Amino acid sequence: MEGKAIKYGDNVDTDVIIPARFLNTSDPKELALHCMEDIDKDFKDKVKPGDIMIAGYNFGCGSSREHAPIAIKESGISCVIAKSFARIFYRNAINIGLPILECPDAASAIEDGDIVSVDLETGIIRDITKGIEFKSQPFPEFIKKIIECGGLINYVKEKVV
Amino acid sequence: MGLTLTQKILSDKAGYEVKPGDLIEIDVDMVLGNDVTSPVAIKEFLKIGVKNVFDREKIALVPDHFVPNKDIKSAEQVNIVRKFAREYGIVNFFEVGKMGIEHALLPEKGLVLPGDVVIGADSHTCTYGAITCFSTGIGSTDMACAMATGKAWFKVPEAIRFNLKGKLNKWVSGKDVILYIIGMIGVDGALYKSMEFTGDISSLSIDDRFTIANMAIEAGAKNGIFDYDEITETYVKGRANRKYKVFKADEDADYVESYDIDLSKIKPQVAFPHLPENTKPIDEVGNIKVDQVVIGSCTNGRITDMEVTYEVLKGKKIHPDVRLIIFPATQDIYLECVKRGYIEEFIKAGAAVSTPTCGPCLGGHMGILAKGERAISTTNRNFVGRMGHTESEVYLASPAVAAASAIKGYIASPEEVV
Repeated sequence: MEGKAIKYGDNVDTDVIIPARFLNTSDPKELALHCMEDIDKDFKDKVKPGDIMIAGYNFGCGSSREHAPIAIKESGISCVIAKSFARIFYRNAINIGLPILECPDAASAIEDGDIVSVDLETGIIRDITKGIEFKSQPFPEFIKKIIECGGLINYVKEKVV
Repeated sequence: MGLTLTQKILSDKAGYEVKPGDLIEIDVDMVLGNDVTSPVAIKEFLKIGVKNVFDREKIALVPDHFVPNKDIKSAEQVNIVRKFAREYGIVNFFEVGKMGIEHALLPEKGLVLPGDVVIGADSHTCTYGAITCFSTGIGSTDMACAMATGKAWFKVPEAIRFNLKGKLNKWVSGKDVILYIIGMIGVDGALYKSMEFTGDISSLSIDDRFTIANMAIEAGAKNGIFDYDEITETYVKGRANRKYKVFKADEDADYVESYDIDLSKIKPQVAFPHLPENTKPIDEVGNIKVDQVVIGSCTNGRITDMEVTYEVLKGKKIHPDVRLIIFPATQDIYLECVKRGYIEEFIKAGAAVSTPTCGPCLGGHMGILAKGERAISTTNRNFVGRMGHTESEVYLASPAVAAASAIKGYIASPEEVV
């Protein structure tokens, strides 16, 4: 996957990813309309399918609302690269099939607007604009299995049905 | 090396001795969802294609965020949950009038017990660690899969030990302890880890412990958990209608970090916008005027919170420029407040008293802030826009400090008014 980097700082919380005032719906399209609007009101206009979100430490902290990764995914973001993720956001993203990579070096170096490519198989992140390459932490086997199934629902379905 | 309290509980469920970093799939004793997270979970549950839920008694559905329904859309969301509860025979569905804020309600009803593994599609599910169980927040898809299979996956966490000693001073509570700790370790200071509270915990009431465990997530923790003692036993006795297991950490448990905390040294704390880690002791706060004061929530809506609020407000009037909203966390707590005469005093003081709801805490309804407004609140988050407009501000504090601030019109110590 390849796209333009949209960069944010540390401790981006789920209240700004999708404010609670919009949680009276669970429709992904409606949620995407308000994604990030409390810290970046231009997000929904500038995001293009395939774009890659870059963030600092503790991305997705706060509420357990799965609406947050759903809104990000639905808005067209293909992957989130952060220095670290809050744990509930991390598992929610895995469970719904939003690719995320933890890579402090990449998250530091990549600047807003850079063209970035990601290979999820190898964990290689390339900043094409700058011509530099990073290697992210590989996923544990169990998590890889969930990703390969396309999310937790499919993983569980294979086991119970 | 020995196991931490959390690792002991997880080992028991796994059936073998786990170690940090292990990925395990284990049985859960309770699966929780609310009116925001359950509709998404129900949609995902239906995709799995099982006929029934794994256990009708081990699922709790508690519409509490936007109830009583704030608008048509939220009414539709609650209806999805209500219909699902009826169709699948969910025993623990709590309707308006019988409900409470989920994290006050579940322990009160004895639905979560020591030694349990509990997951909830709400980040503050970590609250129940106060009664020595492993409980943690998860998302809607996890909730869906657990409703179908009765299982969830976890990475076994490392733990940070908080070795407590000393006694809390007057007007200092569990809220001040957890704000003090978050101020010390930061909002990701316990990321992916357990926060285990041990040592001399005898001066912390069960409500103090619920407040402390509740905000473990605000330090990024997977769970917060307290040792089991007589105070736990007294609380659980009479509520439990099934057997439960009491665990304790091994003597030689391996903690990644350990802090000694002297409770007698902690002053009332205030967390400044826009992160719970921006804490200051009350005597360093300065003159900060407030427009709204909120007392309640899953963090601080319990009976001892109402008691201290009463103690501060009794016979006084709140500042004319302040709106005070008090919301006891469950119907039982509300009723107890009525019986004890608290509600009459709250209303005479000039407060609005609300039925249980998460509303104001997350900027849902029942107390939204306008642009430029400022609130002091006993809730758990002061993120940008948390309680309303993105240019509003939330300061976090205990019920004692919040009530005193309502009287003074600025952030104040209870010592200034009582």
